[in-house]
Amino acid sequence: MEKVLMKGNEALAEAAIRAGCKCFFGYPITPQTELSEYLSKQMPKRGGVFLQAESEVAAINMVLGAGATGTRVMTSSSSPGISLKSEGISYIAGSDVPCLIVNVERGGPGLGSIQPSQQDYWQATKGLGHGDFRLIILAPNSVQEVVNLVSRAFALGEKYRVPVMLLSDGLLGQMMEPVEFPEISATPADNSGWAAVGTKMEREHHIVNSLYIEANDLEEQVKKRYERYALIEENESESESYLCDDADIVITAFGATSRIAKSAVNKARAEGIKVGLFRPITLWPFPKKQLLEATKQAKAVLSVEMNMGQMIDDVKLALDCKIPVSFYGRTGGVIPSPNEVLAEIRKLNGGIK
Amino acid sequence: MAVKFQRPHALCDVRLHYCAGCTHGIIHRLVAEVIDEMGIEGDTVGVCPVGCSVFAYNYFGCDMIEAPHGRAPAVATGVKRARPDLNVFTYQGDGDLAAIGTAETVHAATRGENIVVIFVNNGTYGMTGGQMAPTTLPGQVTTTSPYGRDPRKAGYPIHVCEMLSTLDGTALAVRTAVDTVPHIRETKKMIRKAFENQQKGNGFSIVEILSTCPSNWGLTPKESIKRLQEECMPYYPLGVYKDVNMEEANADKLAMGGAAK
Repeated sequence: MEKVLMKGNEALAEAAIRAGCKCFFGYPITPQTELSEYLSKQMPKRGGVFLQAESEVAAINMVLGAGATGTRVMTSSSSPGISLKSEGISYIAGSDVPCLIVNVERGGPGLGSIQPSQQDYWQATKGLGHGDFRLIILAPNSVQEVVNLVSRAFALGEKYRVPVMLLSDGLLGQMMEPVEFPEISATPADNSGWAAVGTKMEREHHIVNSLYIEANDLEEQVKKRYERYALIEENESESESYLCDDADIVITAFGATSRIAKSAVNKARAEGIKVGLFRPITLWPFPKKQLLEATKQAKAVLSVEMNMGQMIDDVKLALDCKIPVSFYGRTGGVIPSPNEVLAEIRKLNGGIK
Repeated sequence: MAVKFQRPHALCDVRLHYCAGCTHGIIHRLVAEVIDEMGIEGDTVGVCPVGCSVFAYNYFGCDMIEAPHGRAPAVATGVKRARPDLNVFTYQGDGDLAAIGTAETVHAATRGENIVVIFVNNGTYGMTGGQMAPTTLPGQVTTTSPYGRDPRKAGYPIHVCEMLSTLDGTALAVRTAVDTVPHIRETKKMIRKAFENQQKGNGFSIVEILSTCPSNWGLTPKESIKRLQEECMPYYPLGVYKDVNMEEANADKLAMGGAAK
């Protein structure tokens, strides 16, 4: 298959069109803007809808409307914009509408910076709006994996009727890498059992809704949704383990940071330090079992992140705090270097008995 | 032939939750009658607001979506862009449309979004118990303007149709009321015109309907109608604020007149 050199944001947009995405609603924000610019060019030529909304709030509600018709739909933004979308994301989750939300993360809080960051781990995995709900969170670490995960995101969303977030960052969005676009199915799942597309006077009306005024009814709906979440946790967690089998030290890192960590692991291995890398690809569901497997011989775990320490909470929970977990990270849009991570590995290695 | 007065097909056979004397029931019926008469129930999707008409998804027989507060025009935009073959309408109150949803309303209108907006204006937040709305009249007492709305502190009411009529994307902006039989018939005519605009692809059509809220106005249904006529209608004059059909007709006339000379 032919490889092409593409920017992460544009590759994501192209992958979405190939995955059968028919509608995009968005609002400009750095560092994701190339994604919407690409779609504004391509969608009209390829049978899709591109619409620039008046706000992130409006864009996510347009996603709700299009998604309610069973149409493959997406939006993309960056950190502050995702905060604005969180109202709509809660309604989308509560209405069981599948869709794809892309977050090309930047520094925060507030207006923060426009440089890469992973400061939205908590927001994505724990708190994307009010209420009891989850999103499937996919965290690719290369432009190729961005492409591969887009079609998976649409399929997962439709399979479980949940919104899916692809968590990218300013690094993945802006860097160029060679990619190939695999042949994929662009046919959406059968949504005829619930979508609002007109009764054709042949059935009872469908209601796409998140309101259950009776507490018991709402509890029942939420519990049903949690049964689906349990299936997702059981079947859909995904991760990659690199040189973990004999590792005394296991680094945990996701997204772009895992590439930096991998370089550090290779350098440390060259020095004879037994270190490996565990990379969650799904941040929710967090790949707990795989992490336990990857660390079963480890004496220390180091969580490397582009934030002040967020995923480390899930790492500790998964390990039940049985192995000491330390942290190294840079924040505010600063990218850690392989040598900084290597220095942490050396420190840990010196302390391992 | 005998004509039997019955429930429109597009209105479900369920008990409405509205208070006695509230005019939502009349407006629901008018929308349903228009949907019936145009034969579009099977190809229509309605979008409900947050507010008193939040449960409208249980009342209309077509497919329905419940939107977050104020976002109905954005949700309707999503439906219409994804499925232009469907007839799409929103049903919204004044707090929903003219306060929290102002941006969504104005931008759906200026985009000429090809949807119908049924706007029920009763000058108060009914569902939450009668707070000051963007359309509450100056001097009007509500639970959050207990000394009467003072425009110097609480701002002035918004004239929605007047505002939206300035936007090029608006095809129809009309204010009606449901206080009398002739006004009810006129309202129905305008709702039909709005749906016909959508079928013609004319753009954004809003029918603002001045309505009562006896429970939160603290009046009987009869007194509420009287207040509507004596206080609300002078402040919010009924009428057609914009109608592209009429503009086109006038333009045609002018063009023909020009050609004759």
